[in-house]
Amino acid sequence: MELTGAEIVVQSLAAEGVEFVFGYPGGSVLHIYDELFKQDKVKHVLVRHEQGAAHAADGYSRASRKVGVCLVTSGPGVTNAVTGIATAYMDSIPMIIITGQVPTHAIGLDAFQEVDTVGITRPCVKHNFLVKDVRDLAVTMKKAFHIATTGRPGPVLVDIPKDVTADRCEFVYPERVEIRTYQPVVRGHSGQIRKALELLLEAKRPMIYTGGGIVLADASNELTRLVHKLGFPCTNTLMGLGGFPGTDPQFVGMLGMHGTYEANMAMQHCDVLLAIGARFDDRVIGDPRDFARFSRRIIHIDVDPSSISKRVRVDVPIVGDVREVLLELTAQLEAHAGAVDKPALDAWWTQINEWRGRDCLRYDRAATIIKPQFVVEKLWEVTGGDAIVTSDVGQHQMWAAQFYKFDKPRRWINSGGLGTMGFGLPSAMGAFMANPEATVACVTGEASIQMCIQELSTCKQYHLPIKIINLNNRYMGMVRQWQEFFHGNRYAESYMDALPDFVRLAEAYGHVGLRIENPSDVEPALREAFARRDQLVFLDFLTDATENVYPMVAGGKGLTDMILAEDL
Amino acid sequence: MQHIISILLENEAGALSRVAGLFSARAYNIESLTVAPTEDPLVSRMTIVTSGSADVIEQITKQLNKLIEVVKVVDLCEAGHLARELMLIKVKATGAARDEMKRMADIFRGRIVDVTDAIYVIELTGDGAKLDAFIEAIDASLILETVRTGVCGIARGERVLRV
Repeated sequence: MELTGAEIVVQSLAAEGVEFVFGYPGGSVLHIYDELFKQDKVKHVLVRHEQGAAHAADGYSRASRKVGVCLVTSGPGVTNAVTGIATAYMDSIPMIIITGQVPTHAIGLDAFQEVDTVGITRPCVKHNFLVKDVRDLAVTMKKAFHIATTGRPGPVLVDIPKDVTADRCEFVYPERVEIRTYQPVVRGHSGQIRKALELLLEAKRPMIYTGGGIVLADASNELTRLVHKLGFPCTNTLMGLGGFPGTDPQFVGMLGMHGTYEANMAMQHCDVLLAIGARFDDRVIGDPRDFARFSRRIIHIDVDPSSISKRVRVDVPIVGDVREVLLELTAQLEAHAGAVDKPALDAWWTQINEWRGRDCLRYDRAATIIKPQFVVEKLWEVTGGDAIVTSDVGQHQMWAAQFYKFDKPRRWINSGGLGTMGFGLPSAMGAFMANPEATVACVTGEASIQMCIQELSTCKQYHLPIKIINLNNRYMGMVRQWQEFFHGNRYAESYMDALPDFVRLAEAYGHVGLRIENPSDVEPALREAFARRDQLVFLDFLTDATENVYPMVAGGKGLTDMILAEDL
Repeated sequence: MQHIISILLENEAGALSRVAGLFSARAYNIESLTVAPTEDPLVSRMTIVTSGSADVIEQITKQLNKLIEVVKVVDLCEAGHLARELMLIKVKATGAARDEMKRMADIFRGRIVDVTDAIYVIELTGDGAKLDAFIEAIDASLILETVRTGVCGIARGERVLRV
């Protein structure tokens, strides 16, 4: 059957089982919008800014196992979406971005709303395509979904000139595609896995460190099983939270720049480190030379060979899908005659528990002003620890990560790699659309929330009952904290003057707004908000402006060089 | 240390800029880059001369392998290999310098491929050091123009890079 390019796009999305497309129309995508209008399989969600479209598709993907799709027009539509695309790329999120382009005959002539989309996005996508012939469109769509979802996932962009969406050709959606140059490794090398197991069984002070790869590979059950069998301590990166249950006694908290004392100490003092789906980045291990000063043998499991031995030399590299490798590692462990060194492990736990005794996340619970940590703790209690929590970027993000104990994967959604302010609200929209039964909260701050505040309008249109937890300290808190620590208390441009009245702002968008100024009102306000199942509630908590995130490892410092609350 | 990286990649629009972008985005150095289709017109062969520590070269090859269009990557310097470069050099050739230039071209096994009464264009192939030596050997004031292809390389013996 002959279809137009626009019909092929929509039919391809339907064939991939896409429920929602997050987008914003414009000149070069009008044919595609016309086809979306004529059918009801693929629903369109109209955002208020293309950055919101990309973040919403991203949040949808993170909160489910499905691929988020976003659709924007050429020129400014694309450039607005770039922040969202780069955000997804840094966190390896499978996502499809369909962009309109000026007609093929106008490309390169500085046409209205023309940008070199493929050029602009090349460094922040897993792959991108410019489709110049309608006959290539269906197979390109198939390739895009295949590349986005396999290997180390990532965003894939398909740029389609307007005339291609109007041209016609025979449409057959391929069942599968073979790309001879793209064959991601799935199974790990058995010999390497055996070596890893021997190391783990020899360990006197073992440590397991896991990242976003566990969540992306849906391997948290396999990880939890292995960690329980071994009895080893486990830490998660910011991206990996929920990959191992946050309330499990073997969980030592998040590690890194704002990780727990016990997690960072155990990372440095372990003798065997098992790293899974994590990439030893600067926020996680601090200075790599300092990290390498401590001698330990490292096993690293990752689907991306380029993540291995990138910042830290490893002893046993294992390339493969982390879930597959964990299954085989566990099977080999069960078949193995040996066992872990129990007395050594007991001594190691004694040491770790001593570190835990520092109670590094303690804060002033008797304060008469609202402490942001207290809000997150209460949020955890009120939601039974089972909400999907998105966040923006800054202090509130760290407090959410430290104090909301995620027991399940895909419950914690934040921009870890790129650190994108403005991510929280639109990603919460996507997360809710993927899980309409779930409780969705966006933990944010008065600075971040204003970067995509326009999406409150989208939330009204689609009845998205997100609960916005605004930790309003009148400062870009993390900037203020760095200025306090490293710039002699000179708070250059980090004070948020002329803030809007968030309660009235929420009301202007048709939502409910609450302002909370006293610690005793925190829990009742949260309960009231979450009781409003069908409404978006904007909770504006006036929090302590002087509060800092502890522990803290300053940029470029070693992981054990922590600033603790008690030091000050 | 200098490395010669040979890449087979799909002969598609944009593939070259992906490779070049990979180097510039990571502040890796490209000393020279040559690319042309192979006997299979769907596949191009690229040779990149770069330098860096062992860790950097390892990252470069891993990152190159991640590019969707890249079929295979090999560091030729891991074993015996041949590296050749072509240079065309336009020189003044008048008076006493005319004979001298002809002699130098002969010594370096170059060929004079264009002649006027005042000018020679000399074609010279060899490894980079030989071409450098030729430039050193002749009077610099006689050089009007040089153009070099950059290195292309191939492994010695049984080692073969193909799809």
